[in-house]
Amino acid sequence: MSNSISTSIKSFYEYEGKHRGILGWILSTDHKRIGLLYLWSMVGFFLVGVFLGFLMRLEMLSMGKTIMGPQTYNAIFTLHGIIMIFLFIVPGIPAAFGNFFLPIMIGAEDVQFPRLNLLSWWLYVTGGLFAIISLFLSGGPIDTGWTFYVPYSIRTTTQVILPLIAAFILGFSSILTGINFITTVHRMRAKGMTFFKLPLFVWALYATGWIQIIGTPVIGITILLVIIERVFSVGLFDPALGGDPILFQHLFWIYSHPAVYIMILPAMGVVSEIIPTFARKHIFGYKAIAFSSLAIAFIGTLVWGHHMFTSGMSDTARWVYSFLTYIVALPSAVKVFNWVATMYKGSIRMSAPFVFVMAFIVLFSIGGLTGLILGSVATNVHVHDTYFVVAHFHFVMFGGTGFIFFAALHYWFPKMFGKMYNEKIAMTAVGILTIGFLMLYFTMFILGYEGMPRRYYDYLPQFQFLHILATVGSWVLISGLLLMFGNLLYSLRKGASAKANPWNGMTLEWMTSSPPPFENFNYHPEIKFGPYEYEHYEEAVKDEYK
Amino acid sequence: MEEKPVHQEHKNSPGYGYNILIWLTLISLTCVSVAVAGLDLGAYILLTALVIATIKSTLVINIFMHIKFDDPIFKLFFSLIIFTLFVLFVLTAFDILYR
Repeated sequence: MSNSISTSIKSFYEYEGKHRGILGWILSTDHKRIGLLYLWSMVGFFLVGVFLGFLMRLEMLSMGKTIMGPQTYNAIFTLHGIIMIFLFIVPGIPAAFGNFFLPIMIGAEDVQFPRLNLLSWWLYVTGGLFAIISLFLSGGPIDTGWTFYVPYSIRTTTQVILPLIAAFILGFSSILTGINFITTVHRMRAKGMTFFKLPLFVWALYATGWIQIIGTPVIGITILLVIIERVFSVGLFDPALGGDPILFQHLFWIYSHPAVYIMILPAMGVVSEIIPTFARKHIFGYKAIAFSSLAIAFIGTLVWGHHMFTSGMSDTARWVYSFLTYIVALPSAVKVFNWVATMYKGSIRMSAPFVFVMAFIVLFSIGGLTGLILGSVATNVHVHDTYFVVAHFHFVMFGGTGFIFFAALHYWFPKMFGKMYNEKIAMTAVGILTIGFLMLYFTMFILGYEGMPRRYYDYLPQFQFLHILATVGSWVLISGLLLMFGNLLYSLRKGASAKANPWNGMTLEWMTSSPPPFENFNYHPEIKFGPYEYEHYEEAVKDEYK
Repeated sequence: MEEKPVHQEHKNSPGYGYNILIWLTLISLTCVSVAVAGLDLGAYILLTALVIATIKSTLVINIFMHIKFDDPIFKLFFSLIIFTLFVLFVLTAFDILYR
């Protein structure tokens, strides 16, 4: 398509609604603007989380006190966890890219409940502000870890209630997004868009929406119970008051393990978009991938007990949860095998989003396979609460969701902003990020296996070399992040104009201008072909979008 | 795209009298819950509380939330969630009962 198409159609940026300026953004019910509001907010929180992680690694550069004492270290790893989990990865891909692209990919003008959508962003911001304000209130920053385990979270004198309220509010934001997406998929699909013609990203968001609706209320109620116990000394979880601390762990992980799938499922959906586009090939096993999302959503809801193998839970429960954990590996493996099979004999175009996906497959596979070590009771007991767990978690969450967040940012950047970025710099950034990532987190596998416990600000002399290596790795990783974000920010201002369909994709977001108009399309989309049927590319894509 | 009606009243929606009757039943069941809590039923106290809670939530979901009068798809969604909740209870029981 020629650039004239993208410039002749008024984009949603130019649309003049009821409000202008900043109010035109923070009061807008346009799903694209809300998606971008989420994106900017999350990138901001992510950078804060990265800075806190950088400080933690700096502290671990040498034995003893390096730049902070143990209490500060406790507060910083707690904040790092809360910010990264509740303010970045959980809302992450669904709130930013889901909001922007789900309606477009199904041929809709907006989500089903636009005002509810805006409310969810306001709740997100309010929750974030509460978390920040809590740092400056009496008692000081929370030091419980992001898991808020009792009885410590009931007894600590640090400020616990406000961060808990923040997490409660953020949960509401997540539920509203889930309700909106599920309803939108059921009620707003364009003519011809049957369920089995939905892009796999939409399937992933749909499955994620169900976890958000079913799982999040459990953590909401649990948080309220902790607040009630702290304020009124009701004996719910604290054994000193007659409560059961393991009950808290059950309730916490009934949400927080499925939350891992809230974080990773949308990322898997993005992978299922990027691979066919850059391999120019129909995705291998469309239905298997679609149903594996639902299977992961359901089975993932049942495996929370593997976080509690050393908690004092019954032996019967331990083998039951271990068995279920092994089952959830199956649908995850289905996806990975199908992605690799899709690339087989494809006409692969090596671009930054695709290279991010390649890095993801390696890192996520390492994360997934080490998950089996943790899923087995015998080996779990050995490495429980060590750096091995920290490494596994970061391989899955950062190497998985984080890398795909960046892949999505590069893949959809031309569509969202109408600009292209420097491909060479983007590819260089992927390389630096991956090297830094492996130096930082693979080292932690070895540290954990050798017995280095997590959440300690100090360590024994035999761990020093690996800690230095990990800290240097964090510097390399941050260099890659700065290069990547710098490239994208520069491209926002100086980048060349993007075509409507720069990657020759077949899903609907590539069948409209870059950036899209206010109502997403200047025509009524009618779907005749599946989202990855490249054999029908010529027929499916209008000339002006080629 | 076709315009769809935003909201439709259900043909078989119950009247005020029926709703008040349900409300009174819920209040009564709450009183029963409180009364039963004072009895020494041993291991059956949890079961009793769960049975009462199940009856109450069934009434609220079906009548007040109109699921009884709504499309089958909503019944399916609700059934799915209730089933998930049931599975969560069973899995937790593997710890509680065998600890």
